[in-house]
Amino acid sequence: MARPEEAPKQDVRGFLVMAEHTPDAHEVGRRDFLSVATIGVTAVGAGFAAWPFIAQWNPAADVLALATIEVDLSPVAEGQQITVKWRGKPVFIRHRTADEIAAARDVDMDDLKDPQPDSERVLRPEWLIMVGVCTHLGCVPLGNQGEYKGWFCPCHGSHYDTSGRIRKGPAPENLGIPDYVFTDDTTVVIG
Amino acid sequence: MADFMNIGVVRWFDRRLPILSWTNHNLIDYPAPRNLNYMWNFGSLAGLALVIQIVTGIVLAMHYTPHVDTAFDSVERIMRDVEYGWLMRYAHANGASFFFIVVYLHVFRGLYYGSYKAPREVLWWIGLVILLAMMATAFMGYVLPWGQMSYWAATVITNLLSALPVVGEALVGWVWGGFSVDNPTLVRFYALHFLLPFVIAGLVGLHLWALHHTKSGNPLGIDTTGPQDFIRFHPYYTIKDAFGAGMFLIVFAVFLFYAPNYLGHPDNYIPADPLKTPAHIVPEWYFLPFYAILRAIPSKLGGAVAMVLSIGILFLLPWLDTSRVRSAAFRPVFRWFFWILVIDIIVLGVVGANQPEGAWILVGQVATAWYFLHFLILLPLIGWFERPRPLPASIAKAVLDGNEPASARRGAR
Repeated sequence: MARPEEAPKQDVRGFLVMAEHTPDAHEVGRRDFLSVATIGVTAVGAGFAAWPFIAQWNPAADVLALATIEVDLSPVAEGQQITVKWRGKPVFIRHRTADEIAAARDVDMDDLKDPQPDSERVLRPEWLIMVGVCTHLGCVPLGNQGEYKGWFCPCHGSHYDTSGRIRKGPAPENLGIPDYVFTDDTTVVIG
Repeated sequence: MADFMNIGVVRWFDRRLPILSWTNHNLIDYPAPRNLNYMWNFGSLAGLALVIQIVTGIVLAMHYTPHVDTAFDSVERIMRDVEYGWLMRYAHANGASFFFIVVYLHVFRGLYYGSYKAPREVLWWIGLVILLAMMATAFMGYVLPWGQMSYWAATVITNLLSALPVVGEALVGWVWGGFSVDNPTLVRFYALHFLLPFVIAGLVGLHLWALHHTKSGNPLGIDTTGPQDFIRFHPYYTIKDAFGAGMFLIVFAVFLFYAPNYLGHPDNYIPADPLKTPAHIVPEWYFLPFYAILRAIPSKLGGAVAMVLSIGILFLLPWLDTSRVRSAAFRPVFRWFFWILVIDIIVLGVVGANQPEGAWILVGQVATAWYFLHFLILLPLIGWFERPRPLPASIAKAVLDGNEPASARRGAR
């Protein structure tokens, strides 16, 4: 079926003009609605499509499954300390002596940079369980060292006491305490 | 775009790095023939598929470990433990199939409308190189999950090299990095599987460069004569490509969410076992016609050579096709043989999926013979003897007079 002969419309650059209707500059027309609707729907779709690509970096199910560990404390004698790995980090478990407990309790809160009584840092006084990561820049402090007979960080010289509290040096906070529970007298579950 | 370019800071930037006028030149005001039909959508869809493969592939690479002891388990971990890992892997595995679907349709579009003819021979060659690079990438990617099909595909395909006289055996050992397909093979395939998609992306850049230099062909296969034959790429073809992309993604989603393993092979969920070959071993569907050609020749070297030549002769297509008329719309005899070729390749695919026994052997040999006959004998002869239908004076005239041949109009406008 032939169409009536007429010269095709062209714009100044010689392109074929196919739109029949040229709206005024300020007219809000069907085209604007379609443009906004198209962009809106595309943006929502792109957002939903992007989410899995972002979420795949989250800790995976098998990583989360190993977020809790169980530790048998029976071989740890008084005065001994063990280090266990929990969530990729060292956790110090120290079986404190009576002297160490007394030293940790006998501290004036005003002397502390991050004031916290020893009782808030332990569930059972003989077991000090804390994350062995210096709160300064993440090194692992050494045990039985430093001016307070607790821990000493070799990287930048932070001294921690027998409760793991920061006493001297650049670290801002006490060594962190993980969530843990004693399931019986010799078993602790961390995390 | 013109209003946008009048903003002072935009102009300032564009004078220093003309990325905006470049974009405008190639994607917005770019003149495209006014009569492109939906067969011209598959180039942009192939680009979309490449992007999907690269993005999902990089995600998978962040969770996969290329080692024979852990590869299989790391893939299962992606499926079970990594958040949306199943989606990434299924999108990547099905994405490969969909990449081949759109690329094969793109190639058949080229065969039908004579897209390989002057002045687009180099454009066609680059496309063929992309196809070969895709095949290599797909093959090496299939090896990475280290399932039974992975292992035995790697073994069979690398052993093809042993067909080469004199150097064959040594070459295979070099590719393996050992006495069989093993950890060194897996790790080098992983490195190359990561690299090749970016090589493909570079080749796509050359492909588009050549395309924008020679300009798009069109269903009438005639050269454009003036501005009345063109419309702007944006909005006419951006919207047409966007619509095509939407349709593509719907079909893709159907497979992804309802039949994610339909195009795969269940044996690949069995960990690789170098001591036991699966009873029925076939390549992925997109290699089946080539696999049929390989098996049609009853000689180890002959089969491998025929398989390589099946794509190799396509490089000579601009000269094997002696007709000056590009579009099959004006070539009544060629059109028949085009469709026979399509059927022939589908038959080859079916043959490739079946065990080489009984009638399948004969069917495979006849179909292989026809494939080469088509390109090497028939195509040159048709060009000599065929009387093409008269070509229209211009695209605009054919479109406005409404007398485009139906085969050139399909889905146009």
